[in-house]
This record gives sequence, C-alpha cells and structure tokens, in this order.
Amino acid sequence: MKSFNELKKNIKKDRSHLKTVKIAILGDSAIQLLVQAIKGYGHDIGYNFDIWEADYDQIDRLVLDTSSEFYQFNPEFVVIFHSSHKLLSKFYRLDNDGKSVFARRHIEHVATLYQTITDKLAGKVVLLNYPEINDSIFGNYANKTDLSFVYQLRSINVELMNLARKFSGLFIVDLCLQQGHCGAGFMTDRKVFINTDILFSMDFLPLAAKNIVDVVISVMGNLKKCIILDLDNTVWGGVIGDDGIENIQIGDLGIGKAFTEFQWWLKQLKQRGIILAVCSKNDENIAREPFAKHPDMVLKIEDISIFVANWENKAVNIKYIQGILNIGFDSMVFLDDSPFERNMVRTCIPEIAVPELPEDPAEYLPFLRSLNLFETASFTPEDGQRTEQYQQEAKRAFILEQSTNEDDFLGALGMICEVQAFDKFNTPRVAQLTQRSNQFNLRTVRYTDEDIRRLAERPDVLTFAFSLLDRFGSYGLISAVVLEKRSKVLFIDTWIMSCRVLKRGMEMFVLNTLVRAARRAGCTEIRGEYLPTLKNGMVKDHYKNLGFRLEPGKDNFWCLMVNDYQDNRTYIALKEQGA
Amino acid sequence: MTDADVLKQVNEIFIDVLDNESIVLKRETVAKDVEEWDSLTHIQLIVTVEKHFKIKFTAAEILKFRDVGHFCDEIIRKLGAS
Repeated sequence: MKSFNELKKNIKKDRSHLKTVKIAILGDSAIQLLVQAIKGYGHDIGYNFDIWEADYDQIDRLVLDTSSEFYQFNPEFVVIFHSSHKLLSKFYRLDNDGKSVFARRHIEHVATLYQTITDKLAGKVVLLNYPEINDSIFGNYANKTDLSFVYQLRSINVELMNLARKFSGLFIVDLCLQQGHCGAGFMTDRKVFINTDILFSMDFLPLAAKNIVDVVISVMGNLKKCIILDLDNTVWGGVIGDDGIENIQIGDLGIGKAFTEFQWWLKQLKQRGIILAVCSKNDENIAREPFAKHPDMVLKIEDISIFVANWENKAVNIKYIQGILNIGFDSMVFLDDSPFERNMVRTCIPEIAVPELPEDPAEYLPFLRSLNLFETASFTPEDGQRTEQYQQEAKRAFILEQSTNEDDFLGALGMICEVQAFDKFNTPRVAQLTQRSNQFNLRTVRYTDEDIRRLAERPDVLTFAFSLLDRFGSYGLISAVVLEKRSKVLFIDTWIMSCRVLKRGMEMFVLNTLVRAARRAGCTEIRGEYLPTLKNGMVKDHYKNLGFRLEPGKDNFWCLMVNDYQDNRTYIALKEQGA
Repeated sequence: MTDADVLKQVNEIFIDVLDNESIVLKRETVAKDVEEWDSLTHIQLIVTVEKHFKIKFTAAEILKFRDVGHFCDEIIRKLGAS
C-alpha cells in the first residue's frame, strides 16, 4: 500500500482520461485528507473520482435540506462518515432514558438520512460503521448493561447491518473490522485528532481510502470472479511429481495445517460464487491424483471449474482458461508461490491480479484476507452454482468439437428458454446481472434490487428476464431487457446477457420476444442505443447485426420497424408459462 | 547530528511532503513564506518529521513552533533527550 504522501502526489497528475465517478463525502470530523487519499488512490486503480466535499459537520443540514448544494452536485455515491467520537459526546450528554434507546434513535436517524437521499438522488449511499471505543466507564460490565456506550455502539453496528439488508442502495464500509485489524492507536493519531479533528492517522488514511473505494467500485461492477491456482507449494506443501501423494503436506500436522486452512478458505469462496481454476506445471494425471485420492484434501475435483495441468507456459494456459470462462482478465486472480511464474504472468497479462504471496505458507491466508480482493455488491444463492455451470460448459465444448457444424451443435443442445417479467423472485439476480455484466451490456446502467423493484412497478416500462436450460443443465437467468415505452416507440434502456450463452442464438430469441411485446403494446418501433465503454466492444455492432438501422445523424442510436420484422430462426424453444 | 544536518533533512521532508523541489528553508522561514504550508500540510510535515527522526511531539508542541529554526531546535532537543 502506498503512503498518504505518495497518494497525494497523484492528485496533481492528469486524471481526465480515466473513468469519472461523482462522489459526495460528508463527515462530522475533518475529512480533507481522506478526500485527498481517495482521489490519489483512485488514480492508481484507473478512476477519476470527482469528489464534492461537504463542509465540516454539516451532514444533517445538507441531507435534510433537499435544496442544498449537496443535491445539486448529483453524486453517484454518497459517503457518510459519522465518527464514533461524535456519537460518544452525544451519548454522554443524555440521561439514562436517552442512553438506553441511543442505538435505536441513531439507526432511525440513519434510515431517515438514507431515505431522504434516495428519494431525491439515484446514487448509492455508503456509510462507514463505527469503530469501538472502550470508554472504560463500566469496564467489562459494559456488556451487561444497555446504559454503556460499548453496548449501544455495538448495537448500532449490528443494526446497521440489518438496515443494509433492508435498503439495497445502502452499503457499509466496515471500519470497525479495520480497527480490529490495525488497532485504535494506529487508526487515530491523538495529537493530530485533538488539534485538528482529523480522525485518521497518516498511516491509516490509505487503508480507509482503499476500503471506501473497494465498496464503490464493486457497486460499479469492478469485481473479481475467478481464482487461478497453482498446486505445488500453493494449495499443498511439496511437489507432487517428486514427493508423491503420500509425502505432500496437507492435513492437521505441521505446515500441512496452513494449506488445509487455505483450502477451506478457497472452498468458501467457491461456495460464494468465485470460480476456481487450476493452472499447474505437471502431468495432468499426477496433478489430479491428490484431489481424487488424498483423504485430507479439502478441495475436490468438483470444486474446480477448469483444470489445466501441462508443461506449457502459464500465461498461455491462463489465456486458455479465460477463453472458456469468457470473463475479463481484470476479474481474475492468479495465486502461485513461485516469483518467477508470478512475474511472467504479470508481464504477459498486466490486467490480472497477481498477489505477491509471502514466502511462508502460514502467512498466505492472513495476507490474502488483508487484500480484500473479493468485495461484492450482491449475493444470490445462484452464485454458488457457478462452478457446476462452468463444468457443464466444458461438456458443451466437447459436444461442439464433435459437431460438424454450428446448427447441429445448437440443435443437439435442446435449449428451452423461460421468459418472465421482473418479479420478487428474480429481482436479486436481475440486479446482480446489471452490476456484473460488462461485455454484453449495451448501455451499462447498474441497478440495485430497489431500482429493479421500482422499474417493475412502472406502467411505462416492460421488463424481461430470460432463463435458459439445455440437456446438460440450467444456465440460470442469463439475460435481461428493460424497455421504456415512449408513445409508439420502445426504447431499450437495458439489454444485457451473460457471456456464457454467447453464440447460442439467444440474442435472436430475445429480439423475437421484444418484437412480440412491441406488437402487443401497439408500438411501431424499437429503438436501441449503444453506449461504448472500455469493455463492451463486443456489442458495438449488436443492433446492426440484428437488422436495426442507424438513425440518421446519430452515432449510436439504432432503430427497428416492428412491422417489417420477421422472426429470426433459433434453436431455442419457448417454455410455456405455468408449464 | 549538527544543526545544519537537521535543517537539511527537514528541508528534504518539506520538498517531499509539499511536492515542491524549489523549497529552500532557512532558520527564519515561517509558514507564510512557503506556498502550501498550511494547517493541513503542517500536520503532515509534523508526522513525517516524527517518523524520520523517531521522535514524538505532544499535542501542545505542534502548534507553537515560531519558525523553522525553532522547529529544528525542538527536534534536536528531543533527539538529545532520547
């Protein structure tokens, strides 16, 4: 991590070519340096954070007065930073009745702030939670009375989690965990705090900035989706090819325990929806043996989506894995104990994250945890099935190799698609798809669960969620479209698709569906827009390929006359409703 | 460490923290003589000096430096005491 001073020097650099994100930051302590740290950190990870900094301790006034300059800025993210210190001084001024309901009152206040902001702005709210202060008024007895600050502050932190579960546009930055990690003395420099009301020490500022930014960019869809694992001395101790299955280190004894713990962690990530792939310099049958036969292996072959073991260059193998998964290199993490392999991969594929693993395997886990690589802005139970889905994909790849032409292949898949409007069951997955899809995404509008619910309720909006299955299994909900009715025109606000179903004729099937809906709605025209980003080049000609005409004089607006449209032939059957 | 050594090292810290190569400190230099030496950067300068010389200032001390010379004298005093 860079020092505050290094981050600050970034601010003078040109950031105008980077992606701009408008963030408002409101705090009840002095936040100028935090703002500088966030701007500087943004430069290093490719963002131009355009930050509106509220005046000192004006949170309530700026939020509750909806004509304030804060709303005029129209931020995409609103970061609210109440300090535990200010809470403490409020708490001390209360009588016992006030103290016992302190947490509840504060949570109500936060809920009011959230609702006021989101009534007026489309932006997301990011709230820093509260590092604990042991004020030593009750000693350990603080745990036994609701009149202690410790009790009330912990209640607030717990209730904030519940609030964040309820409000999908509310995200928490867990400052409390950070303090647990680095200590209160590291987080705050007392003489600086006393003199200036700056809460974070120079050493902590970069960490605070990173944590806030981690949340912001995950909401924007910047996520890690896959871990590529080396095997020897990374997931087990020793070299399987030299030492043999009985001598590799894994299990409860000695250093084996470090690898066992590490594997459990990887398995949890897999269950959360992170794809695990193996990339090892080994003979494949030897590399697979521990997964099949070693009793202490936590990771099983079923946990691995793609298993590559050969003597090729690792960069080549990683490119092969990326080809099957069809996700960006920047959403991949490569873990390897060998500095040589790490450097080679870093050089050949600069976008991929390659953590500098510590020499001692006992340190792998704490080190990787500290990097917070796997921030996410959503979680649905479907995420856990991702591994299975990619394994099915590998089987399909096999069928494709056997097929003489594409039509044979598509016909052999036996695809069936279910089409639904957005409803309470598919809302989380639809929202997640809008957040995660970068490539097949025509306008890259990100929606939260709450946004999706609002869209579903609008009479002038038509929504479509597409779920696909074939004889190998379910792909799940893989595409979503939002149409806005503007008199006789249906405007495509959102058209996204998971890259797992590319080249299946899915976009043709979707368009057939949209045209039918247009006819039902009495519309004569469907209009689409392509908003280019760094990542969605694959759909640049999407509308053109589907027979839309470029609107005269406009660069990226495309139009399709409903009357002229003839259904595209696909190999996808429509699943009847209720069937 | 001589007075001149301390002044030289403090000067380097100012150049780094204020990101300005042209800063030349003298004993009589005060905050208003140096662009960007304000209350916020003052805190950064103090913390960086603390780390560099492995000394600690108290909350009261950091507000009462009259000029660079006084600042350096305090550093030397703390270095002697440690």
